[in-house]
Amino acid sequence: MFANYDQIIERLSVNQLWDFPGGVHPPQQKSLSNKSNIEFIPLEPTYYVPVKQHIGVEGKLLVAEGDRILKGQLLTASESPFSVPVHAPTSGIVAKITRHVSAHPSGIPELSVIIDADGQDTWIELKPVPDYAKADKSELIERICDAGISGMGGAGFPTHIKTNNSKPLEFLIINGIECEPYISSDDRLMREHAWQIRQGIDILVHILKPKQVIIAVEDNKPEALETMSIACQQKTNYQVVNVPTKYPAGGEKQLVQVLTSREVPSDGLPIDVGCIMYNVATCYAIADAIVEGKPLIERVVTLTGRGLKSPKNVWARLGTPIQSLLLHGNYDASTQSSPRFIMGGPMMGFTVTSVLTPIVKISNCILVPADNELPHPEDERACIRCSACSDVCPASLLPQQLFWYSKSKELEKAEEYNLFDCIECGACAYVCPSEIPLVHYYRQAKADIRNQREEKEKSDKAKIRFEVRTARLQKEKEAREEKYRLASEARKASMNKDGGNAKDKIAAALARAKAKKEAFAKEAENAQSAENIKKKESVSELSDSFALPKTKLVAVDEDAAAKKERVAAAVAKAKAKKVAADEAKKENKEL
Amino acid sequence: MTLTLIALAAIALLALIFGSLLGFAAIRFKVEGDPLVEQIDAVLPQTQCGQCGYPGCKPYAEAIANGDDINKCPPGGEATIKELATLMGVEAKPLDSAHGVESVKKVAFIREDECIGCTKCIQACPVDAILGAAKQMHTIIIDECTGCDLCVDPCPVDCIDMIPVEVDSSQWEWEFNKVPAGNIPVRQVS
Ligand code: SF4
Ligand code: SF4
Ligand code: SF4
Ligand code: SF4
Repeated sequence: MFANYDQIIERLSVNQLWDFPGGVHPPQQKSLSNKSNIEFIPLEPTYYVPVKQHIGVEGKLLVAEGDRILKGQLLTASESPFSVPVHAPTSGIVAKITRHVSAHPSGIPELSVIIDADGQDTWIELKPVPDYAKADKSELIERICDAGISGMGGAGFPTHIKTNNSKPLEFLIINGIECEPYISSDDRLMREHAWQIRQGIDILVHILKPKQVIIAVEDNKPEALETMSIACQQKTNYQVVNVPTKYPAGGEKQLVQVLTSREVPSDGLPIDVGCIMYNVATCYAIADAIVEGKPLIERVVTLTGRGLKSPKNVWARLGTPIQSLLLHGNYDASTQSSPRFIMGGPMMGFTVTSVLTPIVKISNCILVPADNELPHPEDERACIRCSACSDVCPASLLPQQLFWYSKSKELEKAEEYNLFDCIECGACAYVCPSEIPLVHYYRQAKADIRNQREEKEKSDKAKIRFEVRTARLQKEKEAREEKYRLASEARKASMNKDGGNAKDKIAAALARAKAKKEAFAKEAENAQSAENIKKKESVSELSDSFALPKTKLVAVDEDAAAKKERVAAAVAKAKAKKVAADEAKKENKEL
Repeated sequence: MTLTLIALAAIALLALIFGSLLGFAAIRFKVEGDPLVEQIDAVLPQTQCGQCGYPGCKPYAEAIANGDDINKCPPGGEATIKELATLMGVEAKPLDSAHGVESVKKVAFIREDECIGCTKCIQACPVDAILGAAKQMHTIIIDECTGCDLCVDPCPVDCIDMIPVEVDSSQWEWEFNKVPAGNIPVRQVS
């Protein structure tokens, strides 16, 4: 059984923690970039802000090309509860709204707002919440959503959804682990802005009312641990915890396990075991949003790797192309035989496809490795079944089986082996002696499964719609037949009932109809001749060009004529096109 | 004598019990429809395009169950044929080109200012994916359109285009050979 609340508090107070299975100890390399203060960089001439920055739905665009905008102005409105808006990183003019290379491994262009900065950097009017302690919970959550805050540590889950919690909460966990090598953005943020992070935590405590707050910092960041401890020392239910360094201790499920011994269920969330987790950078952004009224438009980005002459941390506006960040880091092209820039860390990041790739809310690092720093993943060999991968898997999976089934596209089997529990941490690939890019295979298999599910859903829907339609058509047909049958039966019945009489009636009806027709024809003739006199030319032209039956022209008024002409012309055009196409086809065949 | 009678009675009783049990099971756990047709239908892409020569996927599924070839569905393509082959226990064969060729996924798009509101496309669409009324501009519900192409020909003014579905990053399948760069540094050197 998992430990209960009192047991956990007791162990935390002596900093005695639990452990998660597996894990690796890659060289940290943090000292490359964590020596100096976070730097401010000059304004860019151009920003590329992707409309969709996080998992979930994109918002509706609020600006148009040519609009003048102010720093912090809303660019999109969130329409569904799952979307968060994006804001202008600086003041200027919307130069273009078009598809621009995305901060995604695929680099597939996505809709982006391209902003030409005017250099003034004028803020829009800010509306801080004067005293959050008196503010309503739902108002604060709305503010967090409006400020565009989504998780800044990992997948970018919209923060307001997490915050809108109604389940019982014991532990609010603040994640300052930053377990991935090279990255030091959270480290620097905690060292320099511990007080503001603490403010963000206070706001979250006000909203969520947890029993206990745990601030977790890995033991390779003693300075950050100290500043956070000082910032939080007056609060009795805030506990800063020193977590032993092991990758991936910063994974959500892993950290919950380390701190509380509780395991988050396979398809569950930390709240199912009484925990909610926020990244320190997210806390900082929340404080900004509530206390200052500032939306999320910039974040700390680590520029590191031996391909840069001056690795450091900078405040980068969202939408900054990484090209300019490389300049600030003094990119040394001679260290690389071919350019290679990684967004994120060496374990979970991806190589960008273009230097114009923009910084987004989840980009915490730009890593520029020198040639021999990270290997190129070319030399994959066969799996030797050494099981080193399953020893290090933090999710207790069997990576070699997953690899096998993913590679042979036996997706059902892969799912059976809990492929979706894989957090893509890369620990397995890190230890694999055969250099198999295991995570790559898992990602491919996951994408395949997701697409198949989507297609299945769509085809099921199509099937239902098809069946409903077929049934409807059938019913309509039956109804029609039934009507005919009834009518004919009624006719027969009446004929039989009063034989001669009925015949007389029919004759009378026929006569009546004839008379009516004659009268109508006469009228039509009159009308037509009148029409003819009035606009002879147009009518003759019309009837020539589309050979409509004459009677249809009765009472043609000018508007209708014009419209019909248009339609007929279009029909004629289309027909001509089709004939031409057919002929072309025939010719092709003959050739 | 009585012993034989008892034995007979006991067996008769048992037979009655099991008989009624079986009878009950037959009614209670009755399988609706033809499971094979259902299974085949589940494999077919449900585009309802009729390229297979049948008026929809279900009729083709019935035909396959009755021994028709499995390689007549172009929208399903190679993948569907493979699945059908495993399901039916026959050899997979290449797509019969007489019925068409496999192509990228498409959806229909009506150039709305050219639409004359004739409703012909509505009548043609097998999945009711077109919205409109007589003499009103028509439009396509992209999420419902299967890309079957059936509405293109009936349109008298040729204002329906089939446009390829764009792949966005959420559907991307991590194929690095199709993008210029972009591999993941999944392993680090110490
Ligand atoms: S990438 Fe997945 S399979 Fe590999 S170690 Fe991490 S969780 Fe386990
Ligand atoms: S570590 Fe690599 S070689 Fe060893 S079992 Fe796992 S996949 Fe196979
Ligand atoms: S060809 Fe068209 S109608 Fe026939 S099975 Fe395939 S998708 Fe369905
Ligand atoms: S809209 Fe056209 S292409 Fe789409 S499903 Fe209907 S008939 Fe087929």
